[in-house]
Amino acid sequence: MKIDLEKKGDPRVFARINDKARIDASNLHYRELNAMVKEAASEGVKTMEIHNVFGQRYIGSGVRQPVHIDIYGVPGNDLGAFMDGPTIITHRNAQDGVGNTMNSGTIVVNGRAGDIVAMGMRGGQIFIRESVGYRAAIHMKEYFKHKPVLIIGGTTQDFLGEYMAGGVVVVLGLTKGEKEVKHQARHIGTGMHGGAIYLRGEVDDRNLGKGVSKVPLDEKDRDVLRDCVEGYVSYFGGDADEILSSHFTKLAALSHRPYGGLYAY
Amino acid sequence: MKSYLLPEFIIERNDYRCIRCEVCVRQCAFEVHRYDEEEDEVFADESKCVGCLRCVTLCPTNALVVRENPTRIPQNYNWTMDYLMDAYKQAETGGVLLTGMGCDRGYPIYWDHIVLDASQVTNPSIDPLREPMELRTYLGAKPDQLEIKSHKGKASLETRLTPQLKLETPILFSAISYGAISYNTCESLARAAHELGTYYNTGEGGLHKNLYKYGKNTICQVASGRFGVHADYLEVAAALEIKIGQGAKPGIGGHLPGEKVTAEISRTRMIPKGTDALSPAPHHDIYSIEDLAQLIYALKEATHWEKPVSVKIAAVHNSAAIASGIVRAGADIVALDGIRGGTGAAPTRIRDNVGIPIELALASVDTRLREEGIRNRASIVIAGGIRNSGDVIKAIALGADAVYLGTAALVAMGCHVCQKCYTGKCNWGIATQDPYLSKRLNPDIGTRRLVNMINGWSHEIKEMLGGMGINAIESLRGNRLRLRGVGLNQKELDILGIRHAGE
Repeated sequence: MKIDLEKKGDPRVFARINDKARIDASNLHYRELNAMVKEAASEGVKTMEIHNVFGQRYIGSGVRQPVHIDIYGVPGNDLGAFMDGPTIITHRNAQDGVGNTMNSGTIVVNGRAGDIVAMGMRGGQIFIRESVGYRAAIHMKEYFKHKPVLIIGGTTQDFLGEYMAGGVVVVLGLTKGEKEVKHQARHIGTGMHGGAIYLRGEVDDRNLGKGVSKVPLDEKDRDVLRDCVEGYVSYFGGDADEILSSHFTKLAALSHRPYGGLYAY
Repeated sequence: MKSYLLPEFIIERNDYRCIRCEVCVRQCAFEVHRYDEEEDEVFADESKCVGCLRCVTLCPTNALVVRENPTRIPQNYNWTMDYLMDAYKQAETGGVLLTGMGCDRGYPIYWDHIVLDASQVTNPSIDPLREPMELRTYLGAKPDQLEIKSHKGKASLETRLTPQLKLETPILFSAISYGAISYNTCESLARAAHELGTYYNTGEGGLHKNLYKYGKNTICQVASGRFGVHADYLEVAAALEIKIGQGAKPGIGGHLPGEKVTAEISRTRMIPKGTDALSPAPHHDIYSIEDLAQLIYALKEATHWEKPVSVKIAAVHNSAAIASGIVRAGADIVALDGIRGGTGAAPTRIRDNVGIPIELALASVDTRLREEGIRNRASIVIAGGIRNSGDVIKAIALGADAVYLGTAALVAMGCHVCQKCYTGKCNWGIATQDPYLSKRLNPDIGTRRLVNMINGWSHEIKEMLGGMGINAIESLRGNRLRLRGVGLNQKELDILGIRHAGE
């Protein structure tokens, strides 16, 4: 069952010059919008601007080409769900489920994002300028060359990195203003069994889930952090060196077999 | 600590018949049998025996008998040997008891209390050997109405149909993940589904690259762990299934222990080798029917609206209302898994105490969807305790569109239901990742055994349909008048929506 693409013929809705396209999403259902994006990508459009986005879901899902998509307006839930390749720049906030089960590509959010950012994410990068909601990076995992990275400029709510099995999460706490930040999210890394969470500033042990501990940063961690922070600064501005000069806390799993001893064999 | 556990089984070896060939020694991954060269004797450590009967089946001289240990504590209806031994085991380990396969407790099996009708005198029965008999089944949402346009005497269908799965027989193979079962077992299921014109289900462990060629016969599952879920996996499938629950362990997630995450499993699940593969209990992007709708449409969107989406739940008390929500959330197929549904590993107490029998769940879900006028909007596929074609045809008359076979399919390939899948030492080469054990199941033979069994069942279904004077499975679907209960109370009959035999 394919959705009609007749609105694509209307130049006020869809305009294309060479490999650039401009879509007005004002009165489009998400199915119409996404079908248009997919078709444009398959026809060779490389960059797209989507204007007047108003909560349309799943933008970027099912697009396999490495297109560049600029979103003006607020996209709906599951932005880039199962995404495999595109780069999406959102010029305002995003809602829940950004990068759900994402495989590769980049998502940049110039604002806040809602709950379950990067859930089950396996690859690619997500940059959020400000804070995110609950359960960010839940069940994020890595696999050989796939190594997901989530960088959050602000802070997160509870259950950050729950069940996390791989990848890198950086929480900069820049929205907190002061130089030494204290993270308040609770149950961080509950059930975590892989990957690393870097928090700028400090966090109390009581805010950590079972199976997670603070570990000192080594040179490799510093390199990872530098890459992440430089990426963040390249999208949102700021001074990477100044950010990196702050104290960082690394959280890692105590075991990659958190429930190995649970059962009677 | 001295263990108080007694052997579950006694092994009797007929020394006159035993030729010391050591087949039993080589076949047992639990290392029960041992040959002593000096004494020229084969000894057995019965405490390790799981009762899988591999040694008995392969013994060339029929020298072995394995039987349950008759030792019992003084007669006690409350404390059975099972419960006693379980308590000892936990006192010795402090762990959660694990088991495999479906619930083995004595809850009523309603299939065995339901009988079918047949034609006598007043309407003729049909012989499927001589007359056409239709088992073809389509799974997916059916439209509320069909709009047909006629132009110059030619009719054309105006209504847009949603994607459907086409089955040559109303039987599919249930979700069993690569990880729970060996690669050869997966390949056998895939090839058998291909040959039979039906589908098998990957379970939540991803799809091995070599099996992508059977994609047209594959239902790919998306579970809370999202293992191996990526664009190619979604695109290669014939349909997608969101796994919310499993009959053997409703309400809980799963832990594939790190030692089973071999290099191949790691590649297929797309997780590092040797780490635990943890499936959270809920999908953390689904806390409501609205959220479920969001994932259903996310999958449809990611696959260009070309594939039906199924939602699988465990049969629980409120299944009917939940199923209604699932249908309204946009699912094309509702899969229900009953309390007897199998598993590679589940906590024993959950398997044996949580969930409801599939017969009651099926009847109540079908009734509810009919009452709400939305039965056409999704197909119902049931799983959990289908043992033969009699169960299949009764399920269809109760309202199922098709059935999933899990345990029965493994049994066709040699499983003896010893319930030790979680150990990874399956002597039949099914529930194991050990290369020495898994090569015992030759995929050519596994495929053949599956195809044979399903062909046999399909023919039996045709015979039973013909006996009722029906020539298409479609005419029996939800036709509960052709069923009668035997030995059921009024409440049970009411829930099943059938009359008692003799009425």
